[in-house]
Amino acid sequence: MSPPEVVEIRGPQDVVAVRQLVRARALELKFSLVNQTKVVTAASELARNALVHGGGGQALLESLETGTRRGLRLTFTDQGPGIADIARAMTDGFTTGGGLGLGLSGAKRLCDEFSITSSPGEGTATVITKWG
Amino acid sequence: MSVERIPILKMGSILLVSIQVDMHDQLALQLQDDLTARIASTGARGVLLDISSLEIVDSFIGRMLSNIAGMSRVLDAETVVVGMRPAVAITLVELGLSLPGIRTAVNVEKGIELLTGRLPSA
Amino acid sequence: MPPEVTLPQIISANERAILDDWLRLQQEAAGGRRGLIKDETLKSQSAEFLSLLAGAMTGGDRSAAWAPLNEFLTELSRARAVLGFSSSETATFIFSLKQPLFQALRKSHTDPAKLADDIWATTQVLDRLGLQTTESFITTREQMINRQQQEMMELSTPVVQLWAGILALPLIGTLDSARTQVVMENLLQRIVDTGSAIAILDITGVPTVDTLVAQHLLKTVAAARLMGADCIISGIRPQIAQTIVHLGVELGSVTTKATLADAFAVALSRLNLSIEQRAR
Repeated sequence: MSPPEVVEIRGPQDVVAVRQLVRARALELKFSLVNQTKVVTAASELARNALVHGGGGQALLESLETGTRRGLRLTFTDQGPGIADIARAMTDGFTTGGGLGLGLSGAKRLCDEFSITSSPGEGTATVITKWG
Repeated sequence: MSVERIPILKMGSILLVSIQVDMHDQLALQLQDDLTARIASTGARGVLLDISSLEIVDSFIGRMLSNIAGMSRVLDAETVVVGMRPAVAITLVELGLSLPGIRTAVNVEKGIELLTGRLPSA
Repeated sequence: MPPEVTLPQIISANERAILDDWLRLQQEAAGGRRGLIKDETLKSQSAEFLSLLAGAMTGGDRSAAWAPLNEFLTELSRARAVLGFSSSETATFIFSLKQPLFQALRKSHTDPAKLADDIWATTQVLDRLGLQTTESFITTREQMINRQQQEMMELSTPVVQLWAGILALPLIGTLDSARTQVVMENLLQRIVDTGSAIAILDITGVPTVDTLVAQHLLKTVAAARLMGADCIISGIRPQIAQTIVHLGVELGSVTTKATLADAFAVALSRLNLSIEQRAR
């Protein structure tokens, strides 16, 4: 099991890097193919959010093992402008970036655990956990 | 500045694009531009997008596919997306992306049949 | 004062006697299970356990010293679980060792206090090991059950090819989210494998269709469509049709038919195929 690692998200190539690292971990944890795809897709959404809305940030990748379960916990942080109304941001179709507005709510649906903390001027931290 | 681009092949009046790499956003946008330009310059009537190598399709790529379909339609060309992987389809549905307005086919052969009008659409 | 006689030494010195007694007790306790494990296998398992135990005790408290013994026991529990032993029967392997070991201890000690100490130490070790076998046993059984459940789910969602390009999926039983996942994966893979453009989802065997079930069905339809296959839902009983309307479920552009036969006819015509009666 790989140790925790932090990935800087400063440009579009870093979003790809996050996808590849998350996939490598999911493979190592022997996730089913569908779960691999789901967690990598969720990671891609959140990494892009950190880049596009947060002006750049970091991703913390942690492989988890508790008794019988193996999982992946990903924490995306940025020091951007923050989200004023989280509930609104989590509704499907809501977007401030001209996208499809599915990043946050979509990532939540794809994962088993999801939490987000953010406020204007304080940046955003999103944590997702996916069990294999 | 990256020089790599996704190649676009011409087969009669159909343009074939096979996406083989894990695209970063810039590359996807470049493809959108290149395709639109090629459709206009060649007068192509169909675009076949082969995504059988894509291991994930997130909302950005989904939007790119929709954009390509939309832009081609304006230029009087049909787009068909082929080869989506099962895990990707399941994830897209969970993500809430149904990609309306994009025609799909299960493989390149069926996609070409669709474009050349030999089969009813999916 | 004579030098301390350690547990490992006592075990080694009395190995023969301990083994014989232990084997006899195991076989007495085995009862109906006797035939499942060959006598030679039991003998070699017991001998190996004893020597691993002596080795571990020599190593003291370091966990590395106990690793080989723990691995051996995990494997033994797993093997017994697969053979159909109960967890107590498996733990008996350890617990029946107590009596012969205590005999050996009684023979080797003259000091009652030291004897009591060693009996207590041995009891602690064997109890812990016995509980360990129970835990491994339970884990193995749970893994077996999970695997069987998975197999059952896969078996109960067969995908049938009715004709080139037309697949049928007769759904039997409740459609919960776990089952839907399996159904989707099966169906989508078959769509790829066969290059089919039409999939008929027959829900005759699905007892109730509520909003959740409808959602699961629609998800499956959406996923198939993304892959280039159109779905037709068949087997809609009148009551189900009523429920769907009452719940306000939006079927959108999905074609629905009362019977699989009707759906097959639609599929054929979509592919520009027809069945004709030959003139005699």
